[in-house]
Amino acid sequence: MKHIIAVIVDNKPGVLARVAGLFSRRAYNIDSLAVGPTETKDVSRITLVVHGNDDIVEQISKQLNKLPDVKKVLDLSQGECLSREMAMFKIHATAKTRKEICTLAHTFRAKVIDIAEESMVVEVTGDTEKLNGLETLLEKYGLLAVVRTGKIALARGRK
Amino acid sequence: MKGSEILIEALVKEGVEVIFGYPGGRALEIYDALYAEKRLRHILVRHEQGAGHAADGYARATGKTGVCLTTSGPGATNLVTAIATAYMDSVPLVAITGQVSVGQIGKDAFQEADMTGITMPITKHNYLVRRAEDIAPTIKEAFYLAGAGRPGPVLVDMPSDVCRQSTEFKYPEKIELPNYKPTIKGNPRQIKQAAELLKNAARPLIISGGGVITSGACPELAELVKLTKIPVASTMLGLGAAPPDEYFLGMPGMHGTAVANYAICAADVIFAVGMRFDDRITGDPEHFAKQAKIIHADIDPAEINKCVPADVPIIGDAKEILRELLARLKKEHFERRTEWLQQIAAWRQKYPLRYQKDSRVIKPQQLLEALNDLTGGDAVYVADVGTHQMFAAQYLRITAPRRFLSSCGLGTMGFALPAAMGAAAARPKERIICLAGDGGIQMNIQELGTIASEKLPVKIIILNNQWLGLVRQWQQLFYQGHYSHTDLRGRQPDFLKLAEAYGIKGVELKDPQLFAKQLKAALAFKGPVLINALVKRDENVYPMVPAGGVLNKMLF
Repeated sequence: MKHIIAVIVDNKPGVLARVAGLFSRRAYNIDSLAVGPTETKDVSRITLVVHGNDDIVEQISKQLNKLPDVKKVLDLSQGECLSREMAMFKIHATAKTRKEICTLAHTFRAKVIDIAEESMVVEVTGDTEKLNGLETLLEKYGLLAVVRTGKIALARGRK
Repeated sequence: MKGSEILIEALVKEGVEVIFGYPGGRALEIYDALYAEKRLRHILVRHEQGAGHAADGYARATGKTGVCLTTSGPGATNLVTAIATAYMDSVPLVAITGQVSVGQIGKDAFQEADMTGITMPITKHNYLVRRAEDIAPTIKEAFYLAGAGRPGPVLVDMPSDVCRQSTEFKYPEKIELPNYKPTIKGNPRQIKQAAELLKNAARPLIISGGGVITSGACPELAELVKLTKIPVASTMLGLGAAPPDEYFLGMPGMHGTAVANYAICAADVIFAVGMRFDDRITGDPEHFAKQAKIIHADIDPAEINKCVPADVPIIGDAKEILRELLARLKKEHFERRTEWLQQIAAWRQKYPLRYQKDSRVIKPQQLLEALNDLTGGDAVYVADVGTHQMFAAQYLRITAPRRFLSSCGLGTMGFALPAAMGAAAARPKERIICLAGDGGIQMNIQELGTIASEKLPVKIIILNNQWLGLVRQWQQLFYQGHYSHTDLRGRQPDFLKLAEAYGIKGVELKDPQLFAKQLKAALAFKGPVLINALVKRDENVYPMVPAGGVLNKMLF
């Protein structure tokens, strides 16, 4: 099962390596990872998507909690949460296909953010399935490059 | 005050009395601050690994945090095995390493190694100090973290320019680590559940681990055993915590006593305290103690459900938990569980530790029994890794905590000699006995130099079977007797001449009729002695639970 884990950490040198190292050292695979600042100064939030059974995730959380730089570990998959990721697709596009791609992008509430003579860049935000859906549709035009962020997530409501 | 002087002041403030170290280019500044320093005893080792193990031995012998100091690069990487050893056995250690100057970091400067990166998975925490102002608070934090909660090693990497910078020395009064708050008091509801289980159990068993010694809970454990009349087995790291009385079953596991292993398999309630269900204890965890409800008390929440699921977990300090448990149980009256204790007595009688004496050659077990007689338990034993270590854990009578020190988790050959040195520096009035095999002793043999020049009166006993004995045993049992690179016969130095070269008295034991007398004389000698005991070559350690096996399926 997939778990979304948010690790709230002091923004100190090496903290990402400590967190990520803990996963690799105990042979847990990270599907995606996103790091950024939070509402509090000098505090960062690392959002990790990992898959594994509940025992493994329990073990990861406990090990993370032992690090002096870690303030809090949240398993967001325990309750309802909102999650988003973002992608940019660079697609082969000519004058002929450009319009079609724009329509596709529009349907997915994606934005065209660059147009060149033979290519376009489409930016899209959403959940993993939506991004995958758009990517599949764009494949036939020829994907020149794909870049995706790791997932970020928040619990719903006041939590 | 210069950074290096601040470092020394901070160590003094932390109550450090002994440092084990080795100088080098990037530690020059620190060593200059140590020049003519009277408040600290610096023990110059012969190899940095020795410094790490010595600091570890010092910590295990005292409960205080051990300190080692090296230069950058190779000096620092030589500490890695010692740090990993301390990490696995939860030993409080502060390792201070020199580093290239801040501006040179990341440029592959001469003798640069990324020590915070390298030691991340084998330290509780580590620091790269970037400003002289940070030295004092970092040292304060490092000592706190090393000793607090579940102890462990902390590394402080000190760039040379930071040591040269000057700033005001202010030692912080308080530590600000808002995220690190180990749970000390056990949850009362869980303790109540544990008390109920123990009270109503028909076949209860306690397994006591190193955490009982760390938390100073040996009196509480003894009281619990006395009150509840529940038998107790001890992990190797926990030896000495439980009194060796009628309720003591010895060590369970791979080379544990049969009675301890059978008791685990038959128990209906197991109270595991300050231990972590190492695979050497459990065998196949799927088949471990299948009949038992397990109460697992440990200070580290991550140990709960890691290897063996707990029916009643209690997170907290062993001493606190045992106290609370005793407070509840004292109101109860415990009868002897006659049937259970008779069963245990029957196992004990039917499957004692046993060996055949030989009139021509000393048996390692025999030598250990002779030590029991000669010391009456009044000794600190430091065991290396291998057959002698297993025999020592089985046969030595360890009567008090911190009297049996060994690399139990990592199994580091070469540990004993430097660790014994650390124990000798820590407890100068006591008899320190280093037990090693002929393989392991050579892994840090250079420390004979330290022992000689510091006049540390360690009695070093090599149980010399001219084999890498434990590996040989596995080759015999599981690899069709393919003794691949384990036979050391004809490949050994003359240990007596070696001792002599270092200026250490050497004694050889080989006669099973005479050896005890010679051993007595050697132990009575004032200074260090190296005792080369030629023991039976292929004496296997039994009982044995093959790796991943079930505890009640032992080879005898």
